Amino acid sequence: MNKNSALIIHKPYFKYLYGVTVFFLILTGFGQMPIFKRYYIADIPGLGWLAEFFITHYMHYLFAVIFIFITAYFLTEYILRIQKAVKITISGYLRIAIITGLIATGTLLVIRNFSGYRFPPGFIIIMDLSHFGLVMAFLFSGFICFVLKKKWLKNRLK
Amino acid sequence: MQTKISRRSFLKGGALAACSLAASNVPAAAGAEKGKQLATLIDISKCIGCEACVEACAEENAEKFPDPKKPFPKMYPKRVPVADWSDKQDVTDRLTPYNWLFIQYATVEKNGKQLELSMPRRCMHCINPPCVKLCPWGAARQLENGISKIDSSICLGGSKCKAVCPWKIPERQTGVGIYLDLLPSLAGNGVMYKCDRCYNRIADGEIPACIEACPEDVQTIGPRDEIIKQAHTLAKETNGYIYGENENGGTNTIYVSPVPFEDLNKSIEKGKGKPHFNKVKDVMSDANNLGMAVLIAPFAGAAAAAGKFYKFSNSKQGDGSDE
Repeated sequence: MNKNSALIIHKPYFKYLYGVTVFFLILTGFGQMPIFKRYYIADIPGLGWLAEFFITHYMHYLFAVIFIFITAYFLTEYILRIQKAVKITISGYLRIAIITGLIATGTLLVIRNFSGYRFPPGFIIIMDLSHFGLVMAFLFSGFICFVLKKKWLKNRLK
Repeated sequence: MQTKISRRSFLKGGALAACSLAASNVPAAAGAEKGKQLATLIDISKCIGCEACVEACAEENAEKFPDPKKPFPKMYPKRVPVADWSDKQDVTDRLTPYNWLFIQYATVEKNGKQLELSMPRRCMHCINPPCVKLCPWGAARQLENGISKIDSSICLGGSKCKAVCPWKIPERQTGVGIYLDLLPSLAGNGVMYKCDRCYNRIADGEIPACIEACPEDVQTIGPRDEIIKQAHTLAKETNGYIYGENENGGTNTIYVSPVPFEDLNKSIEKGKGKPHFNKVKDVMSDANNLGMAVLIAPFAGAAAAAGKFYKFSNSKQGDGSDE
């Protein structure tokens, strides 16, 4: 296998790109709530931007673009190239389901923010709370999988 | 069909005609046409600063005003500011949780003469309101007719709506709202209040209280496209200036002034609870441009991986090698 044909998950930079993207998505996501100023986080030198709602909003979108791009890239590669050799584990499916929910609710909230788009108030509240609940589930499942050393993929021959 | 309603036309012809108008035209003005936003035109040259609109607003919305429980819960950390207007309910020279509309005064020069102007100030009801769109819990909402309002039953009083509002309109009252039932010391700080343009009156086919009470017909309400046309006609006739048509991407409150808004802005008292007349860019536009990229990203990611697979397959066929 030549170097250029390597799967994205085998690229040396992938785990760093994924980690940094998830970190900033969660950080700027929590920044949508007025908590960083109240709890002195924004007072820490270099973190003042966390209290600027338009900056955290813009950065959340920016990292969402990267996250959704690499998620779609990985899934397409999985379907086209490696699903015969490896399969997604149960914990992998669980995390993919959570990520799918996060992307779906996040996308609806992005659409809601366009001028001229208006969803029923109850629906928006459900979307906001679901997005928040799913990110907490993502953090919790990620922690459990890290502790129990659960992988996303496993070899079909095993 | 005439759909723009002012106080004079509303009352013209006596109570019967007014009732008839209320029954026929107002629902149309109130956005009965689906998807049409309602706007108000404020002709500053007509305002005499009598505050009849301010009084009518306070009277009409008295039931919506906060009734805080005291003493307030002790909040942590100590830097969390208590906003208590309950002992200052008679303040009318700025926006407060008990005063959603106030009169701003300006002294300007026009054609070498001093001109005293006054104008009602309240929420601009943006076409794409950042207070509504960026509220983290969906407590602020935009109605189909363009009115933006805050649901006091679920607002936590975090004041994000005020932070993102270009005019800093919403005002907080501590000691009221759902946060008292959650974690009153650690999260939330009351409820945010602002003009809801008498949404309940409009739903009943009436016009907002401030418009009805005005003795000078300063304000007119109607579908936005008609109000914009009317504003341009008025500005042309009076050599006037328009504010609110394009500010923050467009608002549903259109001011027409006999002097440039830069001059007005220099003269008015600005600060807490006293909004400016600055030029305002669309504060949602930068993120919304990136929002298009969010929608495209899954297709771009899938296409990039598929393209690479196609290229890889072709090269594999070409050199006969296996992965």
